[in-house]
Formats: sequence, C-alpha cells, structure tokens
Amino acid sequence: MTAPSAGAREPTFTPSGAWIGASVPRREDPRLLTGRAKFVDDIHLPGMLHAQFVRATVASGVVADLDLSAVTAVPGVVAAYSGSDLDLTDIVAVLERPREEFIPTSMPVLARDVVRYVGEPLAIVIAENPYAAEDGIEAARVTYLPNTAVVSDWQALAPDAPLVHGYAGTNTLLDVSMFATEDIDEVFARADHVVRVRAKTGRQNALPLETRGVVAHWDDREEQLVLHTCTQVPHQVRTVASQCLRCDERAVRVIVPDMGGGFGQKCVVGREEIATAAASLQLRRPVKWIEDRKDALTASFLAREQRYDARAAFSDDGRILGLDVDIVCDMGAYSCYPFTVGIEPLMASAEMPGVYRVPAYRVRGRAVVTNKAPTAPYRGVSRPQYVMVMERLFERAARDIGLDPVEIRRRNLITVFPYTGVNDITYDPGSYLESLNLCQQVLTGEGWYDRRDHYAAQGRVLGIGYSCFSERTGYGSDAFAKRKMKVVPGYDIAEATMDTNGSVIVTTGTLSHGQSHETTMAQIVADQLGIDVDKVKISQGDTARITYGWGSFASRSIAIGGSSIDLAATKLGDKLLLIGAHLLETSPDDVELHNAGVRRIDDHNRWLPFSEIAEVAYLKAHLLPKEAEPGLRATASFDATGDGTFSNATHGAVVELHPGSGQVQILRYVCVEDCGVAINPQVVEGQARGGIAQGIAGVLFEEVTYDTNGEPSCASFMDYKVPTAMEMPDISVHHLETPSAFTRSGAKGVGEGGTIGAPAAILNAVNDALRDTGIELDDTPIAPETVQRALHHRMCAEVNL
Amino acid sequence: MNERYLITLTVNGDEHEVLVEGRYTLVDVLRHNLGLTGTHVGCEHGICGACTVLVDGAPVRACLIFAAQAEGYDIRTVESLAPQGQLNDLQRCFTAHHALQCGFCTPGFLMLAEGFLAGNPNPSREDVREVVSANLCRCTGYQTIVDAIAACAAGRREAAPATDTGSPPES
Repeated sequence: MTAPSAGAREPTFTPSGAWIGASVPRREDPRLLTGRAKFVDDIHLPGMLHAQFVRATVASGVVADLDLSAVTAVPGVVAAYSGSDLDLTDIVAVLERPREEFIPTSMPVLARDVVRYVGEPLAIVIAENPYAAEDGIEAARVTYLPNTAVVSDWQALAPDAPLVHGYAGTNTLLDVSMFATEDIDEVFARADHVVRVRAKTGRQNALPLETRGVVAHWDDREEQLVLHTCTQVPHQVRTVASQCLRCDERAVRVIVPDMGGGFGQKCVVGREEIATAAASLQLRRPVKWIEDRKDALTASFLAREQRYDARAAFSDDGRILGLDVDIVCDMGAYSCYPFTVGIEPLMASAEMPGVYRVPAYRVRGRAVVTNKAPTAPYRGVSRPQYVMVMERLFERAARDIGLDPVEIRRRNLITVFPYTGVNDITYDPGSYLESLNLCQQVLTGEGWYDRRDHYAAQGRVLGIGYSCFSERTGYGSDAFAKRKMKVVPGYDIAEATMDTNGSVIVTTGTLSHGQSHETTMAQIVADQLGIDVDKVKISQGDTARITYGWGSFASRSIAIGGSSIDLAATKLGDKLLLIGAHLLETSPDDVELHNAGVRRIDDHNRWLPFSEIAEVAYLKAHLLPKEAEPGLRATASFDATGDGTFSNATHGAVVELHPGSGQVQILRYVCVEDCGVAINPQVVEGQARGGIAQGIAGVLFEEVTYDTNGEPSCASFMDYKVPTAMEMPDISVHHLETPSAFTRSGAKGVGEGGTIGAPAAILNAVNDALRDTGIELDDTPIAPETVQRALHHRMCAEVNL
Repeated sequence: MNERYLITLTVNGDEHEVLVEGRYTLVDVLRHNLGLTGTHVGCEHGICGACTVLVDGAPVRACLIFAAQAEGYDIRTVESLAPQGQLNDLQRCFTAHHALQCGFCTPGFLMLAEGFLAGNPNPSREDVREVVSANLCRCTGYQTIVDAIAACAAGRREAAPATDTGSPPES
C-alpha cells in the first residue's frame, strides 16, 4: 500500500475531460473530518428546552391512568403533555385498495387509551436540560390493564388472536394476491421437479449511527414552525406536521442539517418529531429531542421480519417453470407514513421473479400487525429476503437435478432485453449473465474452488455461494401508483441558479445523508454546463428552497433527482445560449457552450464568459433580448416513466465454518455490480461495500427479538450485535456498465444493491459448506449454534460410519 | 441531589472553567458546555466509540467518564486535528480512501487512530483492523477506514528519519 500524499490519487476528471466517471474527492468531507459539520444535536438555540418521552412498559394494554403530576414537580422540568393535552390529528397512511385487501389504521402522535408496543410514546416531558428530562420521565405514573401481547405472525394469524387494532377486526391489514397464472397448479403437477423453501428472516434495525432527533421552534417573523430534523423526507414531514398540528403547510418549514445515516428508518414520519413540534408551540420556546440508543433499538422503526413458503417447479434440464409463494410480513404495531404496512409484502410480491425468466407465478402477500415496534422501509426493502428465497430455490433445484448451481442460474437468467416478466414488469438492459460469469471467473481464477476441495481433505469446511439479483432503482410515479399508495412518490424537482459572477447553485428535492450527492450531483451539473465542479454548489434539505420533493430512498436520488438536476442545468444552459447569442449578435442556433462561456459556432473567437452574460442578466437587464426575463434561474422536474431502470449485480462469497465455535468466517467476497454509468466510481464502491456490510449483518449477526410478553430483548449494543471490522471481510468490487436509457446521465441507482445481494450469497456459501451434512439452512440470521449443530451432526454421522 | 461543581478542563490546549453537575458526562460537557460539537454521541454506553477523545494521549469513551473526572488531564478532540482548517495527514487519508460516508462516526475513528498510531507507528494491517474494531461504523463496512489508517501510518514512516526497523504493513 502506498501513502497518498495530498494529490496523489486518481485524477479528478476523466481523460476526456468529463467530471462524470471520475472519483472526484467528496465535497462533504472537510467539514465532517474537522468536526465542523452540523448534525441536529449540534444545534443549540437560545432558551432551548429538552424533551424525552414517557414510553409504554407493556406491549399491549389499556391505559387506565396516566399521572404526570409528579413529573412537573421534578426540578428542571418545565412541562409534560399527554396525547389529550396536545390534541393532535393522528398519522394515517393509506393504500387505495378495497377493504378485503387493505385496512387503514391510525397512529396517534402520542398513544391515548391503548398501547400497542413496549416503547410506544405516551407523554412528552420538557425540561431545562436533558438530564432533568430523564428525571422527569422517571416520575410518570402509568397504570395499565394489560392484554395478551401478539408477538409473532403465527399468533397474529390465529383465528382467536387478540386484536392489535380492535376496530380493524383482524390482524391482517394487507392481503393481496397480485399475480396468479391461470394454469399454475397444472404446471406444478406436470413438472419434473418441485422444490420448496420455507424461510423466516429476522427482525432488524437499520441502525443509523446518529439516532433520530429534532429541534423545533416558532419563528415569529416568518410566522413559521421551523423543524430542524434528521429525515430523509423533509417535505413529507412538512405535510404531515401541518396535518397533525392543523395549520397551513406554509407555516411549517423543515430543515435537515447534516445527517448521520438513515437507511430507510428516517424516510417515514416519526411521531416524536411531531410531538416535539407541538410542545414547542405550546411553550413558544425551542425544544430539542434526541432519541437515546435504547429507544432507537426498541422503539424506533424496524424491518425485515418475514416468513416465506415458496415452491418452484423445474424441468429436468433445469428450467424454472413456475413459482408459487406465500409471504407473511410481521409489520409491528402501525402503518408507517407514507408507505403503510404494505411496504414489504407489496415489494416482495411485485418483484420476486427478479432476474429469472419465470413463466408462471402466483403470490399472496400479507402484512400482519403485532405488539412490536412498527416497521419502515430498510435499505433493500424485502429484496434481501426474497432474493435469498429465490436463490435457495435455485440451489435446491440444482441439487435435486444434479446440476451445477451456477449453471442452473445461467439457464434461467434474463439475457434478452427489454424483457417483460410474468410480474408485468419490463426490465431494461442489464448484465445479468455477464456479472455472474465474471464473478465465478474471479473466484475460480483466485483458486477458491481448488482450495475448498483441498482444505476439505484437511478437515476444514469451506463453501462458495452466489447471489444474482437486479434492483429497480428510481421508482417513478407510475411504479408507485401501481402500489395504489394514496400518496404517490416518484418525480423530483431541481432548480438551478447562476449568480452574477457565474457560479451555480442547484437545489434538489432529494436528500443525501452519506451518499455523497453534494459531490456526484455537482459532477452532473459541471459536465452539463462545462464548468469546473468547484463552481457548483448543491443545496438540499430545506423545504423553503424548493417547491416539493420526495427526499432520498429506494435508490432514487441519482436516477431521478440526478436527472432533474441535469434537466435544470440544461435549461439554464439554454438561457445562457439565448442571451449569449443576442450579445454575440447571432441566433441561439448558432452558439454553443464552451469553456464556461458561450461562443459562436461560426467564429470561435467570439466568446463570452458566463460571468459577462450573468452580469447582463442581473445588472444590465436593458441589454437582454426581449424574450429573456431578468435573472438566470431554471426549474425542471423528472419522473421515471413506466417501470424505470434496474441495476444488477452478482455477489460471490467464500466462507469457512469453524466446528468448535460455529463461527462463519468470510474468507473472500466479490461483488460484480452494474449501476449503468458510475458518476463517481469511488462513491459507487463505497455504496456497494457499505451495503454488503449491512447485508452480512442481517444474515449472520443482527436480530431484534421479543419475549412472550412482547418485551424487546435488545435494548443495548450488548444484545444487538452490530458487526465490527473484525467480522467484516475486505470486499472487491468489479464494475460492469450497461447505461440506462431512461435516466439523463445513464446512471442507475446504487444505494441498496449491496444489502440485497449479501444475505443470499452468504447463506448459499454456508449451505455449500454444509453440503456433506445433509442439512440445509434457510432461516436467518444464521446462529453459530445452528452451524455448530449441523457440523456436529456430520461428525456424528462420520463416527457411525 | 444535583449538586454543582466548578471544574477546570484542559481541552485542545485551552483551559475552560465549567459549572457541572456531578453526573454530567465528559462528552455532554464538551459538546454542550464548551460547544465542541465535533465529538458525537452514538450510544451512551461505551460501545460505538463515536465519542472517542484522547485523554493524556489515550483513546477514551467520553460518554463513560464524568466531566469532573477529566479535571487535570489533557483532553484532545477532533477540533484539534486541523486547527488552521488544513486537514492533517490522517484526515487527508480518510478522504482519499473514502473512509467516511455520513461522517457521524468519523471523529471517533480519527481520535482512535491518532491515539493508536502515536504509540504504534508500525502496525500491520491486521493490527489496524483490530483497533478499528473498537468503534462502530454503519456506512463503510470498515475496509476503507482500515486502508486510510494503514496508509497514514505508512506515510508517517516515510516522512520520519530512517531509524525504522519495523516490518512494513501487509498490502
């Protein structure tokens, strides 16, 4: 390894002179590295108070009495409010589906008569400092009439189950059979091989290292409630806050400071941010709430607890003939806004056939509610789970038929594009087969197959596993409308402004919180206008600066936000051409952008720098052509039409199982990804590696569990096992590039792919290592004791021989 | 119960008199009383390491000690690394290797690495990995953090007079 002195790194533009495609150093880094970034907890306003929440200590029960009288007597406590004190409108997320498919429920900002999970907020306590706020919540006295808690999907589905939402009449809030090929039962009856995978995946916490938080205050001059909050979706927080507080939406401004990760947990509206806002309005003082880690682990939004019963029919030559799946997702106590409890089952139902040519498909997806913390989208949303199930089906079929597991995938991957699947999705071009071939080539070339067999003779237990997947990135309005969400995300808006001396600020409705958009989006603008990347500033995270936006989730920001930015920059360029042509005494058709200016095509010596054009646009408007208004500002929106664009990848993993401890050690991890045009390759690799780390966390380590009373068992990092550098392998990332025809830059989204592919690759590798035991594992996370038992089983069998 | 004490803290070479309750943690006092918000709070129970600062040169979880206990020690925070706004070599290695994404954990890793490298100028890559495992990062998967710290160590060795007899890090 060589030491990079300053500047000894990749050139910051490509050989052709373009910014797109270059690993430009991140604009975000200097402030983050020097402690000068501003996260929400770094905000300190004069007269600011501090909030914490009285939270439910039983998972299910009627609140017989909520006594806050002792709370306000605690030194330093200023006020305490219950739900009835604040009288806020509930948060309601809706799908426009018939009642037999979806039942809407309400999430009160503060629980009133009933509590539905341990940690549910009941009252907000406001104090002079955070320590006194903690003292205050200790003094609250809550009396419950406890009910039997529903703590599993089975329990929720039982005919005599207690109801989490009594008025719903059932615990199944979503039950949708999205596809059912007519003759699918005959397909299965006639098939040479039918394999089945029943799998359960563990409940996980997205776990941004910065917990949730908000600082709320009323601005008298603007007549606005200002919420500094760490959210991925500032405009949705504004919309819901105005509904809950029953005020004009104009009277709410949401500002997002630097943000310490989100991964989906912060892409829904949290009740605590609304309650804190209400308290600040009551007191007319700034109020800060910072979630502590215990609440983040137990009472925040969780994800991923799903159960699959999947069958696949195969022909003798390894072609998949049909897929029949039943999916039950344990969504916890409430529907999140705006996605609802349908987020996981609808994603899985719509997308499960994935990268394979599946001719017949039947799926039933259900969301059940339980007395556990509610769920939100988490990086990958259902795709880590259904990809794992699909890949297990193929591995099992390969064993049944006697085919190589890579070969059976080859025979079934989509290779001709565009391809319209049985799930009514049209897949744009990708490198499904090429990525698999390259991934296998890398592992073979490095000698891992030889090593696996060689080590087996020495008693060491190695396995190799793959996963193939694609990921729809940039869901547009059409795609979300198919979900029948009442609130339909999709488009995004960008506004580009050039100032009087020619530098550019571009405001986006998306919201980078680690993804590096301040750099990558600036690269897009710099290329479009032909200016230096340092002349471009990306602005985000303030509802006062842009009409509306959908924030960052679902790998949408570069595909959709990046395209809207590109369009806005193009429109700004058009205006520069219009004015430039006038000043150069020719028509707009006879000029072009060149070297941060406009020049005549017929006479390259006649060139005006942007700064001179800008000076005219702002300061000498009398010189403008009559069709040009003063100023240099352009707004554009972009929406992905139809089914959008799909990134794809193949992951390959080599694991060693340790019989003594049951530990799964990852010896090698290779990712071959294709996100179309990589705006900034170093950033793409960072997204892939970070995503893979979270996928590994889910498949091997992390799980939120509850006891039979609904008490969460992971209230600290002692119990919720977040992997460290010792558990994470080095990961090599290889790029393939199939540019998207649907986005302006050719880029596809890249935020989630790593997380999607890792669990399946690791699980398949573990099963490959267990191939001589007769045991196959389908549930995750894979506990060391499970591996140890499986290996022990093999050793016993050997002794018996 | 909440008696207050006037203490003197030495942070980044400056002395500060602060009025604290006995229960105030060092990290809260650094952040909220002294306004040094570069040090972050990730778990408040000593596991994630986002609050790592140097106390007399050694990495310490600032959420696990009370401010009053830190009196008389030399405390260094991330704000000390680039006092004139010029990134130091470690910070430059972090940006060159893309060792940060959201950046919330980064000040903790920087102080951890500063403390570690001061006493271990010749770490192997595995040594670095083991030290990095002290803190949590949710964005990067750690590989590039290990790369950055190893590169910084190599750079400092090259810059140092040739008295180095240690073995080079594995690449």
